[in-house]
Amino acid sequence: MTMIFGIPVQALMGQLLVGLINGSFYALLSLGLAVIFGLLRVINFAHGAQYMLGAFIALLLAVHGGIGYWPALILAPLIVGVTGALIERTMLSRLYKLDPLYGLLFTFGLALTIEGTFRYFFGASGSPYAAPAALTGGVNLGFMFLPVYRGWVVIASLAVCIGIWLLIEKTKLGAYLRAATENPVLVQSFGVNVPLLLTLTYGLGAALAGFAGVLAAPVYQVSPLMGSNLIIIVFAVVVVGGMGSILGAIITGYLLGIAEGLTKVFYPEASNIVIFVIMAIVLILRPAGLFGKDA
Amino acid sequence: MAPLLNVAGLQAWYGESHILHGVDLHVNEGEMICILGRNGMGKTTTLRSIMGILRKRTGRIEFAGRDLMSVPLHKVAHAGLGFVPEERGIFATLTVEENLMLPPVVAKGGMSVDEIYALFPNLAERRASPGTKLSGGEQQMLAMARILRTGARCLLLDEPTEGLAPVIIQRIGEVLVELKKRGMTVVLVEQNFRFASKVADRFYLMDHGQMVAEFPVDQLPQRMDMLNTVLGV
Repeated sequence: MTMIFGIPVQALMGQLLVGLINGSFYALLSLGLAVIFGLLRVINFAHGAQYMLGAFIALLLAVHGGIGYWPALILAPLIVGVTGALIERTMLSRLYKLDPLYGLLFTFGLALTIEGTFRYFFGASGSPYAAPAALTGGVNLGFMFLPVYRGWVVIASLAVCIGIWLLIEKTKLGAYLRAATENPVLVQSFGVNVPLLLTLTYGLGAALAGFAGVLAAPVYQVSPLMGSNLIIIVFAVVVVGGMGSILGAIITGYLLGIAEGLTKVFYPEASNIVIFVIMAIVLILRPAGLFGKDA
Repeated sequence: MAPLLNVAGLQAWYGESHILHGVDLHVNEGEMICILGRNGMGKTTTLRSIMGILRKRTGRIEFAGRDLMSVPLHKVAHAGLGFVPEERGIFATLTVEENLMLPPVVAKGGMSVDEIYALFPNLAERRASPGTKLSGGEQQMLAMARILRTGARCLLLDEPTEGLAPVIIQRIGEVLVELKKRGMTVVLVEQNFRFASKVADRFYLMDHGQMVAEFPVDQLPQRMDMLNTVLGV
């Protein structure tokens, strides 16, 4: 059996894959958080609940509407995004003139409300959600067995992250977003409808969380608490990447997922805390994060 | 003929601070007026209030016959007003060209990108550089250039020569003369009245949130005593 650093290569690759899959979710979720924080200056504590909402909508569409995975992959993020946009327009936007703490408290309350409501109706235990037939089974790579669905998660996450990055860096809309992040009043004085931009941005961030939720549904159990379990890690990812840094959120998401996976191989006892240890070190050495503006 | 921009009884507040105490001014189409005054007298506040950036205001602001008081900030530019702030507002995360192309075109008649690069050759050479890597003078030119592209009929220009070298100030003066030839209406805020006297048609003198005098450029020599008193030069 081939060994690397005294570890069987299959075990190492297996954990690398697990890390990459977790990293895919971290990247998608932290990307949404970074997009929202960058423009709205709101730390969106409801992000985990919106991720859970995406998974639950996919489940409910399947159970009650007979709607399968592929349509759900479009519909669920759309519903979560539109819901997010409505919440921003009717509630969150009223808090922009106040201290950012109010936005954090509002979204925290929103998360508890959404999760509490789903716990009331669906209980705390999880429900399985089947992967689509086309993505079942696996591929033997020689050094490891790769489940097709997990490979799809990595590819889909990468594609969406690159797509969003291109949208922000290479399009006129992205230029508006970046400029409005720096000086929203001036951008508005140019004739750009910045309030609408804020609504669309929050909707986009929420939709990204919903998309991650649908992707996660066949991997994890769909449960009301699936978001709250993940969101603290995702906040750590955003801090390490640099608050509001789009590229930082994406790269750090994958890297920390992989770091977590490798820690499970070399020192499993530390795997639950490794991301937070890295966050603490980064905060001490580079408070703006690895890709933050002041780094 | 009715003025293009007409401001009457404009009062404005920053929080509880009452800054403008009934500003009256008008600008005719194709005219370049200059608001002179010491620091803190309300010149920038006047421009920000006209543009709608400062919303705590009363009075009347009409542009091309349209009441702007209730128009949301993002729609004021579409009425034909363009604002170049004193701090220039160049975006660090955008290249020179992205900064230039950022403001939406609000009307026909704006300069093409080629015309802008002909007018500001430095910008053409540095179009791929981050906006904030430009010198202060180049940033000022970029801040003006990006509004010229939009087709705005009236430019609100806040202290364009502030902190710039004499050679750059001369270049900005040449650009303003060129804009005048093209029929652009300009409201210029300046402390440097020697510079302004070369480009402006008419002056307003501002003191403690009010216009205390108005006179055409040819009366400048007779007004020097007053200017010296109000401007403290």
